Amino acid sequence: MSSESEKKNVEEKPEDSKLTENKTAEKPTVEKKTVPSKKPQTEESELPAFEKGIGDKITEKFGEKTIISFVKPDRVGVKVSRESIHDVAEFARDVLNYDHVDSVAGVDYPADKEIEVVYHLSSYTDPALSRQILELATRAQREDDPIPGNDATKLPSLRDIFYSVEFHEREVFEMLGVFFEGHPDNRRLLLPEDWADLPPLRKDFRNKGR
Amino acid sequence: MSTPILPPGLAIQKADERIMTLNVGPQHPGSGHMRIIVQIDGDYIVACDPDPGYVHRGEEKMAEYRNYVLNIPHLERPVIHDSCNILYPYVLGVEELLGLEISERAKYIRVIAAELNRCVYTMYWLAIYGIFLGHSTMFMWPAGDRELLIDLLEKMTGARVTHSYFIPGGIRNDLPANFEDVCLRQVNYFEKRIKEYADVFYDNPILISRTEKTGILSREDAIRLGTTGSVLRASGVDYDVRKKEPYDVYDELDFETNVMKSGDSYARSKIPWLDMMESCRIIRDALQKMPKSGSVRVKLKPNPKGAIGSVYKRVESGRGALGCYIVSDKKPIPYRVKLSVPSFRNLIALPHLLIGEKLGNMPSIYWSLNYWPVEADR
Repeated sequence: MSSESEKKNVEEKPEDSKLTENKTAEKPTVEKKTVPSKKPQTEESELPAFEKGIGDKITEKFGEKTIISFVKPDRVGVKVSRESIHDVAEFARDVLNYDHVDSVAGVDYPADKEIEVVYHLSSYTDPALSRQILELATRAQREDDPIPGNDATKLPSLRDIFYSVEFHEREVFEMLGVFFEGHPDNRRLLLPEDWADLPPLRKDFRNKGR
Repeated sequence: MSTPILPPGLAIQKADERIMTLNVGPQHPGSGHMRIIVQIDGDYIVACDPDPGYVHRGEEKMAEYRNYVLNIPHLERPVIHDSCNILYPYVLGVEELLGLEISERAKYIRVIAAELNRCVYTMYWLAIYGIFLGHSTMFMWPAGDRELLIDLLEKMTGARVTHSYFIPGGIRNDLPANFEDVCLRQVNYFEKRIKEYADVFYDNPILISRTEKTGILSREDAIRLGTTGSVLRASGVDYDVRKKEPYDVYDELDFETNVMKSGDSYARSKIPWLDMMESCRIIRDALQKMPKSGSVRVKLKPNPKGAIGSVYKRVESGRGALGCYIVSDKKPIPYRVKLSVPSFRNLIALPHLLIGEKLGNMPSIYWSLNYWPVEADR
């Protein structure tokens, strides 16, 4: 079905397909830290300088442990290994001046056997960062038959660095079964206390009738 | 007797002769659908454990089954009184994923609808705040005056509360004929009305004595706890997403942000009221600067597909910064939608503020956090 509708799109809207083409063409250049880009001169200048500076500071300090996944206006995305997430977050707070966490989102990737946890950091105190969001993404091992809290799906908690993650991490724990080591209070928050099914935001938990 | 094996959420508590545990809610008429477990020693609160989730509906899970457009009606359900603002970041994010460019007129109409909605929400919140403090007049007045703006929104969108007005690519329908004049008249009258609230409520010595110097959140704590919106601005941090990261046409409009330094319940209850006056100013300015004609909607193809990638957008809602994180994998349905709602973010301040306070101050502190239980639960 998907290939059919794609064909339709191309036929119907030439200008739209151009747009998506542009998007896909941008992608490899954005990931230029890992993949050598094809046309460095023109694309390099298009990257926003300030955001690129933030990304450079992180790669300078941590090198191989981090991958800059994207640099967009006002947004920087960093992929961090689970061992160094604590250090990177500490660096973001102490050196880059991010002072709180806007949101913590868990995303399930059953095909990769991993669960990604994405922290969106933001800053109230530094005027230069008021528009910026730093996205730290880290991945935990995923188990097909989860026992939340007692399996390998674990990540270090960032609560001792950013106090504001307290309830967000509790939510991620109950919704995806990612246990946060070092979090003082890993109880349920939104779900019923006696919930005994899979963590509901995992992809293999299906809504009834869907 | 051996201890039973409990599911992870449950715990056994020992009875204490001195400390009493109180469950406030989740069906309490005041607290909304939310339980606050407080432990009191005499009249003082010694421990507090907020327990949201009574009305958790799995909006984020539901969003993984519907396409980008069908998600709109149900994603506004967490806070129907502020339905335009809760959809705003989602719609902005989907527009970025689909690569849509929307018209200038649609942007202005969105801002007008969002500001009207902010006032409608704040009036409802204020009415409940009145009844929380036993001030029945303050329940009746906002509940009545908010009808003025609901009528306007009904003219715009066709629905009184659940508007589903913002869609990727603009807004659902254009303004009705002669809307500008009616809107200007109603908003002017509305502003005159809310200014009268100062006499009956905000300058009322009884209110001041009950809310001033209670539940003080310091500037450092407000930042550390990651609070947002009126709670943050009442503690002296000047942060409003409309100013700091303007979306749509907010950078062209003339308004101020309200900041108070005291960080107590009084400041937190006053900031939303002051914000409503700024909203009136924004609406008047937007009506003037808005292009008088033009298209308001980009036609979408059926089942549009998002580009591969993720997007995080945030707006300032009636309660604070509202973020939406969308992950797309080039399918007509989003891979993941995460709403980072201000109520949930401000909830962390509740135990922080309540411990050490008298139980009688709990309602005024709790509702001054501008908390909407259904939104926090999603």
